[in-house]
Amino acid sequence: MSDNGFEPKIVAFLCNWCTYTGADLAGTSRIQYPPNVRIIRLMCTGSVDPTYVLKALLDGADGVLVGGCHPGDCHYQSGNYKARRRIIALKEILKQAGLEEDRVWLRWISASEGQRFADTVSQMTQYLKEKGPNPMKKEWAV
Amino acid sequence: MKPRIGVYICHCGTNVAATVDVEAVTEFAATLPGVVIARHYTYMCSEPGQALIKEDARTLGLNRVVVASCSPRMHEPTFRAASHEGGVNPYQVEMANIREQCSWVHPDRHEATDKAKALVYAAVMKAAHLEPLEEREAPVTPGALVIGGGVAGLVAALDIADAGFPVHLVERSDRLGGRVAELNRTFPDLEPVAEWLPALVDQVRRHPNITVYLNSRVTDITGFVGNFEARVGPIEAGLAPAQIQVGAIVIATGYNVFDPRLKPEFGYGIYPQVVTTLELEQRLSSGDLTVNGKTPKEVVFIKCVGSRDQQLGRPYCSRVCCMISAKQAQLVRQALPDARVTVFYMDVRTFGKRGEEFYDEARRAGVRYRRGNVSEIYRRGERVVVRVEDTLLARTVEHEADLVVLAVGMEPRPEAADIAALLKLPRSADGFLLEAHPKLRPVDTAVDGVFLAGCCQGPKDIPDTVAQAKAAAASALIPLMRGVVPMEAATAVVDPELCAGCGMCVEICPYSAPALDPLWGVSRVNAVLCKGCGACAVTCPSKAIRLQHFTPDQILAQVEALVGW
Ligand SMILES: Cc1cc2nc3c(=O)[nH]c(=O)nc-3n(C[C@H](O)[C@H](O)[C@H](O)COP(=O)(O)OP(=O)(O)OC[C@H]3O[C@@H](n4cnc5c(N)ncnc54)[C@H](O)[C@@H]3O)c2cc1C
Ligand code: FES
Repeated sequence: MSDNGFEPKIVAFLCNWCTYTGADLAGTSRIQYPPNVRIIRLMCTGSVDPTYVLKALLDGADGVLVGGCHPGDCHYQSGNYKARRRIIALKEILKQAGLEEDRVWLRWISASEGQRFADTVSQMTQYLKEKGPNPMKKEWAV
Repeated sequence: MKPRIGVYICHCGTNVAATVDVEAVTEFAATLPGVVIARHYTYMCSEPGQALIKEDARTLGLNRVVVASCSPRMHEPTFRAASHEGGVNPYQVEMANIREQCSWVHPDRHEATDKAKALVYAAVMKAAHLEPLEEREAPVTPGALVIGGGVAGLVAALDIADAGFPVHLVERSDRLGGRVAELNRTFPDLEPVAEWLPALVDQVRRHPNITVYLNSRVTDITGFVGNFEARVGPIEAGLAPAQIQVGAIVIATGYNVFDPRLKPEFGYGIYPQVVTTLELEQRLSSGDLTVNGKTPKEVVFIKCVGSRDQQLGRPYCSRVCCMISAKQAQLVRQALPDARVTVFYMDVRTFGKRGEEFYDEARRAGVRYRRGNVSEIYRRGERVVVRVEDTLLARTVEHEADLVVLAVGMEPRPEAADIAALLKLPRSADGFLLEAHPKLRPVDTAVDGVFLAGCCQGPKDIPDTVAQAKAAAASALIPLMRGVVPMEAATAVVDPELCAGCGMCVEICPYSAPALDPLWGVSRVNAVLCKGCGACAVTCPSKAIRLQHFTPDQILAQVEALVGW
């Protein structure tokens, strides 16, 4: 299953202060990871509107990664808690609609966790390769 | 205004260009909607690179600029300024991070080029939707907080204070001077510490602009460059904490020495014959070099203890131990002319100014240097035996000694983690605080207005510590002297037509920026209080609030580009 040549597309919404900087650190440390992830920089995960995630999935992204600061570390005090609540709710809705909620990952990755960022992308890419392409796009079209 | 976009692809020398086909990306960019010109250049951040943007902006009437290069955390201010000079609003500049998040992490040229195109596409799409914003300024609190009262903190505090600004100097211990106060004489001139450190400390204590807090630590820091608020708590319970306001912060919390108990094969803590270089400094000061009441005849120095050691997770060189060993070996030769002094080394790295000469002086004074890796130290009668793999002769030798000095390396202080957590500063893999750029911003941090000085950033000797402290002070003085800092322009705004006055934004905002207008019953955001986190915009059920510069249409345009490519 994993060797069918399928390359998943992952859209990542990363907060400027932690995970985006962590991804930069992976770069400055030259830690290699799969190119499947494409990053959108936001100031805080608290500004990730669930509709952005939904839009990415419906447009055909195979996975969405939301990355922010560890609990207690949000630059804006509590944006990451807000994000957690919203992503849990979104996953619940996806599940009830019979859609694959496991394509949405929420991870806390700090500015100094370049390795963790790279590992997360590798894991997610592998996971989605095994899972296969996102059927939502088509489902939505009918 | 119809978008007229200029796209600039940076080679970053070979950093991008070696992996990403910059020409292909440029050709691709030229075909994107709204793009008037697409170029690539060796170094966009260089003067001629910036001039390209300015020129094009003027002659082609650009109103948007996209730069594909390093992280926006690095050069966004540079390109915003260059575009601004060309007449483009700085908030209509977008960057595609094709270095940190592409060429440096994806070795395959085809894949990296493909991803670079996707990132440029998304940046162009976002740029097309960007709106002009107005930059505002906030006044700066004149004054600085210096954390740590070692040589680094002392020097930084003095420079800032001499420039006329109040300095709050917070030191954890009960005295100023840091590790250097524990030293005897210093390389490369063997000057007694007593001849210069007390004078430096005195200057600080007497300076009318410096307030010293001993036995104290910083327990909380909020705010941002220009306007930080820190709580300084006395370590002793019962005393009231002080609340101080400053415009800039210098961190100078220093280092710890490696604990050689982590190398149990050296017998440190078991054999009285085995001491660290730090302990030897104290013995040299007191003049008592005896072991078990006897004057040593054989003295051995072992270098790189806790440095350049993969197994211990300390792969780095501590930079000072070679000079410390050369210094102490000379001082031991002077104090004990009859003793034989041998230094076992992996390499000799005496790179500083007068370093090599100093090493020569040690050898001329009769210090014997022998290349070898020490595997073990054990007892034999009143002496210890140092077991060494002589790496030049390729054989094992046993060397008896009365005194063994371990040249212990430097490591981050555990408290550095607390400071890093308070300010959300990244640390490098070795645990030292991380500078914003290894070459160009060695005293800056990821947080604006916070600077590093001395060994908290990595091992260094006193001359380098002082140089960095002066650099940190000069950098901290930039916002203090300017008196104003640019304020967040990307704040939230309410569309009163759409606002239903439900007040959910008022509830969710951690900064009390939105408030309901009692007359109109709609929410308004106070731009001075708004920090631009965007939580309110997501919460608003009528979608009446937008976070400027990160609006839904801008982000959805990025999503579409990234998924679509
Ligand atoms: C054995 C030995 C010999 C040496 N000999 C020489 C020499 O001959 N020549 C030379 O150039 N260099 C020498 N060095 C190196 C020298 O010690 C360092 O370059 C210098 O001490 C660095 O100064 P610093 O201010 O960065 O750190 P430190 O000296 O470590 O000072 C840091 C200060 O910050 C305080 N602090 C820490 N955390 C906090 C906190 N959270 N809040 C408040 N305060 C805090 C500490 O108590 C300390 O006072 C030697 C080092 C060793 C180990
Ligand atoms: S700033 Fe990182 S999650 Fe809020």
